[in-house]
Amino acid sequence: MTQVAQPATPLKAGAPNAKPRRARAKASPLWLFVLPAALAYVFVVVWPSIQGIGLSVTSWDGLSAVREFVGLDNFVRIFSDPQSFAATWRTVLIAVVVTVAQNVLGLLLALGVNSRIKSRFVLRVLLFAPVVIIPVATSYTWRFMLAPNGPVVAVLQAFGVENPPDFLGDSKLAIWAICVVMVWQFTGYSMVIFLAGLQGVPQDAIEASYIDGAGPVRRFFSIVLPALAPAMTINLMLSIIGGLRVFDQVWTLTNGGPGNSTMTISTQLYQAAFRFGEFGYGAAIAVILAILVMIISGIQYLALRRQRGL
Amino acid sequence: MHHKYTWRVGVLEVVMILVTLIYVVPLYLLVNVSLRASNDPAPALALPTRITFDNFAEAWERGNLGNALVNSGVVAIVSTVLIVLFAAFASYPLARSLRRWSKWTYYGFLAGLLLPFQLATIPLYLTMRDIGLLGSVWSLILFNVGTQMPFSIFLYAGFLRSVPIEYEEAASMDGAGPFATFWRVVFPLMRPITGTLAILNLINIWNDFFTPLLYLSGSGQQTVPVAIYAFFGQFTTEWNLVFAGLLISVAPVLLLYFVLQRTVITGFASGLKG
Repeated sequence: MTQVAQPATPLKAGAPNAKPRRARAKASPLWLFVLPAALAYVFVVVWPSIQGIGLSVTSWDGLSAVREFVGLDNFVRIFSDPQSFAATWRTVLIAVVVTVAQNVLGLLLALGVNSRIKSRFVLRVLLFAPVVIIPVATSYTWRFMLAPNGPVVAVLQAFGVENPPDFLGDSKLAIWAICVVMVWQFTGYSMVIFLAGLQGVPQDAIEASYIDGAGPVRRFFSIVLPALAPAMTINLMLSIIGGLRVFDQVWTLTNGGPGNSTMTISTQLYQAAFRFGEFGYGAAIAVILAILVMIISGIQYLALRRQRGL
Repeated sequence: MHHKYTWRVGVLEVVMILVTLIYVVPLYLLVNVSLRASNDPAPALALPTRITFDNFAEAWERGNLGNALVNSGVVAIVSTVLIVLFAAFASYPLARSLRRWSKWTYYGFLAGLLLPFQLATIPLYLTMRDIGLLGSVWSLILFNVGTQMPFSIFLYAGFLRSVPIEYEEAASMDGAGPFATFWRVVFPLMRPITGTLAILNLINIWNDFFTPLLYLSGSGQQTVPVAIYAFFGQFTTEWNLVFAGLLISVAPVLLLYFVLQRTVITGFASGLKG
């Protein structure tokens, strides 16, 4: 009761204890409000994350009584083993390709449905729909489409392509197929974030540009794009981090194959820890992923702060 | 001039409709293939020669989908209710109290926004194993509640700071304690964020694959994504059956989406998913 009656100013560093406004106010049980959330958070996130870092410098198999300290051996192994090294770089490649494609397409679609076309509301709803569908389900739908006797091959043949490839069975093409499926599923997400950003485009500047006779291209680069900077930052971060963490699509489209050609950081982690029982090594892979994600989040935080002039 | 429906807008309209039609072909196929018999000679993109609903009944039975739908529903709903309650209660002192502990606790929660959950995955799995929660839906609920705290508290606290404090002052003048003030005054005021969080969590938890794959594999209990993963492993080439199963599995969320499209889209557009 005591703290609550105090002003709504943001928390200040080292603020003195709030003065009781009413004489009968007693010691407050407000920390009880935080307790359930804090317990769940510490149990599920904080403590296991610390344990994970500790585990990454051991060779523990999850069962034996002794956890042997191996220093940075697990990390050396990630970068010296050609397969796990390739998986790490492949994950970065997926993240970059998906991010670029998803944001370019998302922005184009956002501009399209932000126009005066009559079907804009229906189109928005349809284009966003894949975002809410279970990724496992969309992956299987695409597996059917890309199968050697599936509709994509049939359409290609109808257009005169001889011997269309087996997209998911070819170790060079499978990774691109995974990117296509991810972009298809999440472009609607980028689109709605850009759409929200487009609401912040200054309308008087748009009006003025018509009077000045500026064309649509000029108008886009001089007025619209600068106003979209925060939406762009959020979109880039979401898609890069989503790409770095990709698991569902890989596991259900190719299972890491053919011949490990589509293994990523997350599938490596899953395989090392939960198939081969190498918990220390798996934890080291998780640490690498965490470092990559934190670098991206840090860059995003700084960029947003600068854009909002904070 | 630029408010009129010009021929350029007309061209754009046609282009956008065509693009969207191509975009939703996978969804069309999902429905189309699940409605035909396995020996239907019509090409996948063409309509079925004869429409049948047999696939749904068979997928439902052989995929044990009823059980999976119930599990997914329980996990999604119980997790979401607990996430909303825990985060709303916690955000109240974190946003309002000027004490030092509340500031640092808030920063402690925010730090979780940066951490990918994979870092905690292996140790948490071992803990769940040791306390005997593997194979139980409670492990998933606990996981969802813990991992969603940072983002939910961040949203609630941010919202609460923009709410004027006068309502709460009036309530406490009337002699209401902190609990009554929160429950009768503050929590109802936070309804917009509660709605956003509820929808985001219901959808994300329903769709999650990795965590239930880990915690429930080998047990009789499955959630929907893991059930269709197993179902596909069993009926790989029987696409009409697989697609019927997929359609049953995505139907609840798709229905929620089509009914509440505006709320869902603005919820996602509010930026962060975590």
